[in-house]
Amino acid sequence: MAFAAETDAAAGRLRLTDDCRMADLPVLADALAGLREAAPRELQVDLTHAGEFDIGPAWLLRTALEQARAADRSARIEGQPPGHFAFFDELPDPGAGAAAESQADSWLIRFGRAIDYRVGNSITSLGFGGRTLVTAARVSTSLRRLRLPSIVRHAYETGVQAIPVVAVIAFLIAIILAYIGAQQLRQFGAEIFTVDLVAIGVLRELGVLLTAIMVAGRTGSAYAAELGVMKLNDEVDALESLGLDPFEVLVLPRVLGLVIAMPLLTIVADAMGLAGGALLTTLLIDLPSAQYLARLDSAISDTTFWAGLIKAPVFGVLIALTGTMRGLQVRESSRELGRLTTVAVVQAIFLVIFADALFAIFFLEIDF
Amino acid sequence: MEAVIRVRDVVNRFGAQVVHDGVSFEVCRGEIFGIVGGSGSGKSVLLRTMLGLRYPDSGSVEVEGRDLSSMHREELREIKRRYGVTFQQGALFSSLSVAENLTLPVAEAMDLEEDVYASLVELRLRMVGLPLDTAAKFPAQLSGGMVKRVALARALALDPVLLFLDEPTAGLDPIAASEFDELVLYLRRALDLTIVMVTHDLDTLSRTCDRVAVLVDRRVIVDTLPRIQKNEHPWIREYFHGPRGQRISAAGGHVGA
Repeated sequence: MAFAAETDAAAGRLRLTDDCRMADLPVLADALAGLREAAPRELQVDLTHAGEFDIGPAWLLRTALEQARAADRSARIEGQPPGHFAFFDELPDPGAGAAAESQADSWLIRFGRAIDYRVGNSITSLGFGGRTLVTAARVSTSLRRLRLPSIVRHAYETGVQAIPVVAVIAFLIAIILAYIGAQQLRQFGAEIFTVDLVAIGVLRELGVLLTAIMVAGRTGSAYAAELGVMKLNDEVDALESLGLDPFEVLVLPRVLGLVIAMPLLTIVADAMGLAGGALLTTLLIDLPSAQYLARLDSAISDTTFWAGLIKAPVFGVLIALTGTMRGLQVRESSRELGRLTTVAVVQAIFLVIFADALFAIFFLEIDF
Repeated sequence: MEAVIRVRDVVNRFGAQVVHDGVSFEVCRGEIFGIVGGSGSGKSVLLRTMLGLRYPDSGSVEVEGRDLSSMHREELREIKRRYGVTFQQGALFSSLSVAENLTLPVAEAMDLEEDVYASLVELRLRMVGLPLDTAAKFPAQLSGGMVKRVALARALALDPVLLFLDEPTAGLDPIAASEFDELVLYLRRALDLTIVMVTHDLDTLSRTCDRVAVLVDRRVIVDTLPRIQKNEHPWIREYFHGPRGQRISAAGGHVGA
């Protein structure tokens, strides 16, 4: 026979039959909730046909009886009460009751706290960048403390291993650009300028920007997660206790690795972008590749390529600093790790685009 | 005494390396059963075998008279609900609060009202002797001793009949460790639990365990602690009569209480 709970809500009677196991908890909880809603004058629990109780159900039953008594209603048990009731009596006093729910703060306090957080964040970021710079200056005197093997490893992981994805993305974007460009320019009979569009677009902006966005997603998140886990495992504290500076050992090699990798990746992206442009212009506007090269030569000036490439190391520094800084901010829980990794990627992409805008204005002003 | 777990001729191998070569013992209802052994002697492998997380290469493990290896997946899950397990590091879910950690196993098993969950959290916290304001805290805010207690509370969440504790007192200070010993003894007495614990803590071993299994030479020697201590095996002599073991023997031990 299985556990059953019969209630007569009006009379306040509850009759339990057979063993009440943890799995029977929902049945019991339902019955008790029904009785509590009806709020009868007296509560009678008939256990004469009940069997053994698990602790969970026994606790629920007892809580219900105590609540009834607290509300000045009589509560009785017929038959043998569950053996665990004696265990509950023995339980140590829980001490202070559950802490009161903290009251919701007013909007002014929340606004102030948000401002404080933002300002604090900016100051921390500046401090982080500054400390990295100081570390770089101090370390640059000695090749050994520069940790070349570490730099090379990071340059390899963030650069060489990213070549396939960066190449494919640059190729595809150039194709899209050439396709749309050719379609629009044809209306004016100026298809030939598709070459200019692709060449200048890719070399000045898209090559480096897309590379930076890919690297922010790939490497920024990896840096944040790597350092975050190290932080959670107390590895960063262990480094410091060994007299090593985390900025020297962890941050600087990552920053320098990316500073090396980013320009190289940008060159790959530029080359693939121009190749994609060449393919599409040959197909769409029947331009022989020799003519494409000639057109390309006249389209770009001496500075076009450099205007893109010069931004690459700057973006690399921004991405690496954001990633390592957020990683080192992780404390306490795995949820923090996830949150800060996301923050690292989003902020890195934002900073890259913001810096790109500044570069655009600057180059315009100096006529670069 | 009725056997809850019966391990018969269990052989565990990893490639050519034999970890267990014919291990047999029984764990009786209501006892606290300790497992000791040197590093690499296969304590965790044995624990995993008993939990059904690993099938032995030969031999069998029976829980409540049923063979684990011949069980359906559904049956196995059913029997795992009757286990409670604590892990060495606590293994609390760090992104969940203590209350959520304690509610998770119940909520996965059944659908209940919020106030019922809250009431059960209160019960489990009181069972392991923690103040109720612990419920709102996160694992990172707890001390080592509290983490072990919350882990125990989570293991008790589904009212298990069988409790596995992996190094329950490792990393605790002596006061917290002996408090934990008392807690384990108290819960065993009050709830009729059967407890299997892997431990290196000689104090815990002598204070709580009724019988002890020593893993040596890929086999197992099971007996009460005083008789194990008289065993002439060199490793066992070194273990119990080394500098650390002397203290316990001198105190006479509390075994068999």
